[in-house]
Amino acid sequence: MTDWLSPEEWTAVRLSLLVATTAMLVSLPFGLAVAWLLARGRFWGKSILDVAVHLPLILPPVVTGYLLLIWFGRRGPVGQFLYEWFGIVLSFRWTGAVLAAAVMGFPLMVRAIRLSIEAVDRKLEDAAGTLGASPAWVFIVVTLPLCLPGILVGMILSFAKAMGEFGATITFVSNIPGETQTLPSAIYTFTQIPNGDAGAMRLTLISIAISVAALVLSEWLARLVGRRIAVE
Amino acid sequence: MNPVIDVAIRHRLGTFDLDASFRSDGRLTALFGRSGAGKTSLVNIIGGLIAPTIGRVVVDGEVLVDTQAGIFLPKHRRRIGYVFQEARLFPHLSVRQNLLFGRWFAPRSARASSQFADVLDLLGIGHLLARRPGALSGGEKQRVAIGRALLSNPRLLLMDEPLASLDEARKAEILPYIERLRDEAGIPIVYVSHAVAEVARLATTVAILEAGTVRACGPTAATLSRPDLARLPGAPETSSLIEGRVGAVDPGFGLTRIETCAGLIEVVRTGLRPGETIRIRILASDVMVALAPVAGISALNQLHGTVAEIATAGGPESGTVDLRLDCGGAMLAARLTRRSLVDLGLGVGSPVVAIVKSVSVETP
Repeated sequence: MTDWLSPEEWTAVRLSLLVATTAMLVSLPFGLAVAWLLARGRFWGKSILDVAVHLPLILPPVVTGYLLLIWFGRRGPVGQFLYEWFGIVLSFRWTGAVLAAAVMGFPLMVRAIRLSIEAVDRKLEDAAGTLGASPAWVFIVVTLPLCLPGILVGMILSFAKAMGEFGATITFVSNIPGETQTLPSAIYTFTQIPNGDAGAMRLTLISIAISVAALVLSEWLARLVGRRIAVE
Repeated sequence: MNPVIDVAIRHRLGTFDLDASFRSDGRLTALFGRSGAGKTSLVNIIGGLIAPTIGRVVVDGEVLVDTQAGIFLPKHRRRIGYVFQEARLFPHLSVRQNLLFGRWFAPRSARASSQFADVLDLLGIGHLLARRPGALSGGEKQRVAIGRALLSNPRLLLMDEPLASLDEARKAEILPYIERLRDEAGIPIVYVSHAVAEVARLATTVAILEAGTVRACGPTAATLSRPDLARLPGAPETSSLIEGRVGAVDPGFGLTRIETCAGLIEVVRTGLRPGETIRIRILASDVMVALAPVAGISALNQLHGTVAEIATAGGPESGTVDLRLDCGGAMLAARLTRRSLVDLGLGVGSPVVAIVKSVSVETP
């Protein structure tokens, strides 16, 4: 199997999976929190938060990547802070690719989770309260399990977006083989060199396979969860 | 002794004003009134789902709400079980997990291990434990919901029209369980209903709600036979509730004799267990009054008594009067025309015979 792909190509596939998985997992707690705020919160500036969350969806990816570069680059306000206090460097590192992928997938994740939280029957939460469950416990044992299908969909969407993310990533962390060269960047590189068609095709097929696998997995999980949560 | 429940609240809901106060010691207190009278809002305030604008709620001596003192105990710390109109079972949990839900949050000392088996037995739901709520019938769901509330170890049980979403057959299936609950579980119940038959059968105390105000509150039989309440819109028609013991059954004619303090009353009903206690309900307009026993009449029940009260709540021009007859200690309400009252020359203390057709006797 390793003969089939060159070591560089393997590196790109592995890196892409690592970046997408990390981006999905890291953004999950934030996605849950923001989705909860948007679904249930009543506070000043809610619509501003809503717009901010959706910005990466409507801005050109290059713009998002450039903004990330300005803010999170080595000399950017946030990037400088992260480096000086935690020694974290994002620019031109795979961690930066994770940040770019997470930001781009965030609106999709929040949207899916928010819709599922809004669909949870508040009456069930009231019932749990009368049975002695505090609000935190109600969230953990009633709300969270009931919106699990939406959370799964949000995770898969975020993962798929991260696998395909190109514009923001290449703008923010460039296209360094072994560090920031994910599948789309590698395919792009192949198309720019002579005789690169075969490599581009191989990576394209892998990209399609991973996307289809993610889709099938999400369908399967959704059906599994849906069967457990038969609507009353 | 503190009353089991003592409520005095005022709450504004849009254009609707709830201004209700009542106290009760009954084992089962019915909040009776038609839809929109504020019954559900009142139990939601007791259960902690709504915070009243001003007022006090005291259960079993503990102050749950006192707006003046700034006390508002959140619902999860009230230990008040709530059975909703729809069962509201958790769809992602099995019946067993639903039943044990409240136990996870109850203090350790309150988790009696025998209680679980007792509740399963009381409600007849032992065979459902492994199922999911989606696979239950409406009646089964409601029984599981009652069990779930009971097992959270409440000091008061609220039931908000638990039978309203069920058909007649399912209602008949659940009513005996609620009676057993009232008599055996030892937890006071507040039961919301707009059905007189349910109130007559279940309640020991009844509070009548109209347009957000409690108009009357007292023992069920006395309250339902109060002639002045009958004029309230939405109030039940004046009726008598008489408790009795099931006596001889006549299967040939489909009749059962009920032994009451007013005398033997024949009812059209079979399938009652002899010796069982039962309540019967007789509408005031179904009672005829005679001066002496009447022969050659189809009605099977003739009860001797004296006139205890004559009420002309409709005013002196009204064509009808309401009488309360004392039949051996049981109060029987009778509605007559004013002319009959004059023709028979009835006054307080007159001996009379109340004639009741067996087909008019309700056994709710």
